[in-house]
Amino acid sequence: MSSLNKNTLIRSLLFYLPVFFLFLSVLNEIDFNYLEIKYFSFNFAYILIFYWTLKNPRYLSYGSIFLAGLINDVVVGIPIGASSFCYLLICAVTAYLRNITITPNFINDWISLAFTILLVNSIQVISLDFIFSIEVNYLRYIINSCFTFILYPIFLFLFNILEKIIKIQKND
Amino acid sequence: MASSRDDFVIAIRSAFLKKSYQQKFSLLTLIFLSFIIIILGSFNFKAIQYIKIGINEVVYRSSFIVSIPENYFKNLNIKIEEHMNLYNQFKKIEIELKNLKEKKLSNDFLVLENNKLRELINETVQSEDMYAKVLVDKDSPYLKSIILNKGSKNNVKIGMAIVDNSYLVGKIIEVNYTNSRALLLSDLNSKIPVLLEPLDIHAVVSGTGKNHGVIEYTKDEYDQKIEGKEIIVYTSGYGGLFKPGLPVGKMIAEDKIKKNVVNFFSDFRQLDYVKIVSYDIGSGN
Repeated sequence: MSSLNKNTLIRSLLFYLPVFFLFLSVLNEIDFNYLEIKYFSFNFAYILIFYWTLKNPRYLSYGSIFLAGLINDVVVGIPIGASSFCYLLICAVTAYLRNITITPNFINDWISLAFTILLVNSIQVISLDFIFSIEVNYLRYIINSCFTFILYPIFLFLFNILEKIIKIQKND
Repeated sequence: MASSRDDFVIAIRSAFLKKSYQQKFSLLTLIFLSFIIIILGSFNFKAIQYIKIGINEVVYRSSFIVSIPENYFKNLNIKIEEHMNLYNQFKKIEIELKNLKEKKLSNDFLVLENNKLRELINETVQSEDMYAKVLVDKDSPYLKSIILNKGSKNNVKIGMAIVDNSYLVGKIIEVNYTNSRALLLSDLNSKIPVLLEPLDIHAVVSGTGKNHGVIEYTKDEYDQKIEGKEIIVYTSGYGGLFKPGLPVGKMIAEDKIKKNVVNFFSDFRQLDYVKIVSYDIGSGN
C-alpha cells in the first residue's frame, strides 16, 4: 500500500517537473538569460517552453506559462505582461507546428525554433524600446538568440531523457 | 492553392482556439489577456498596479527563498577567493591604512571647518537612515536593480538614496508595502548630477548597463585637464535628491572610446545590507 502511494507521489512529482523547472528558472537569481559572462547567455525558459509545448503540452499548461511570464516580468523588472505574451507566442508557434506536422523532424523543429526566437525577441525589443522607452542592448539580444538556438540540441537530448523517465514511471 | 490556404487557416484556428488535453485556457484567451495587461500597464491602470504590487510581495520573498542555495555557493566561492588572496590583500591594506591615517587627520580638520561654515550660512543637512537587507539582486539587461526588505510600512519613499557604507549605490524607484526596488547607478536609465574633484566640474554620471558609468553633459572641455590626474566623482546635490559630497566613484580616462569611465566605489554584485537615506537640506535666509 505504502509503495503504491510512494509510486503515485513520484509519478505526480515527475509530471510537474517541467513546470517546476520553468518556475525555478524565472524565480532564480542566477539566470542563464543574464549570465555575468561576456558574450554568452541563453534563454532557458524559451527552450523549455518550446520543447515541452511542442513535444508534450500535457506537462506544461498554458495557464502556468502565463503565470511564469508574469513572475518573470516582476523579477526582471520589465512591464508586466511582456514575458507572458512572448512565452505564449512560442506556444502559438508550437501549437501550429504540431497541427501541420505529421512526422516530427529534428531539423524542422530546430529551424522553427530559430524563427520563433527571432520573432519573439523582435517583438520584445520593439515593445521595450519603442513603446516603453527602455534602453536595450541589441548585441546582447543577438548573442542570446544565437546561443539559445545553438544549445537547443543539448537540452533536447536532456529533455528527451526526462520525458522517457516520466513515461516509464507513468506506465509502471 | 485554395486547399493549402484552407489547411493554413484550419491549423491556425486549431492552434489558437482549441483547448488541448489538460489545458484549462485557450491560447488566444491568454495571449489576449497578456496583451490587455501590457496595454493597461502602460497607462498605469490602477487595477494592474495593485495586481503588480500583490505579485511583487509574493514573488520577491519567494525569489529570495529559491535563491538561498545558489547564493550560498556564490558566497562560498567569494570566501575561498578571499582566503587565497589573504596575504597579498594584507600587505596592500597595510600600506593603504598608513596613508589613510595620515589623510584622516586633515579630513577631521576639514569636517570641522565645513560644519562651521555651514553654521555661518545657516545651512543644515538633516538625514534619516535605516538599514535594509537586499532580498534579490537579479541581474537583468533591462534593469540593474536590487529588491530591499523595507517598504511603505517603514516609510520608504520613491527617490530616497541607497548607500553602501558611505558610497552612493542608487535610489528607490518602486515602493511596495513590505519591500521596495532600488535602481542602481549602473542602470542605463540612471542619471545623477555629480561634481568632478579636484577640478570642480559639474557633470552627469550615466549608467551603462555594465558595472561602470560614464561622464556625460559637461559644460567645460575637461579631457585635457584630467590627463594624468586621479579624479574622484562626488554627488553635486543638484536636484535635491542626494546630499552633496557623497562619493560615487573614481574616473578612468579611456582613450580608445573617447569616453570617461567612472568605476563605482561600491561593488553592486556583493550588496547584502544597504542604508536607505533621506536628506533634508535646509538653507538659510
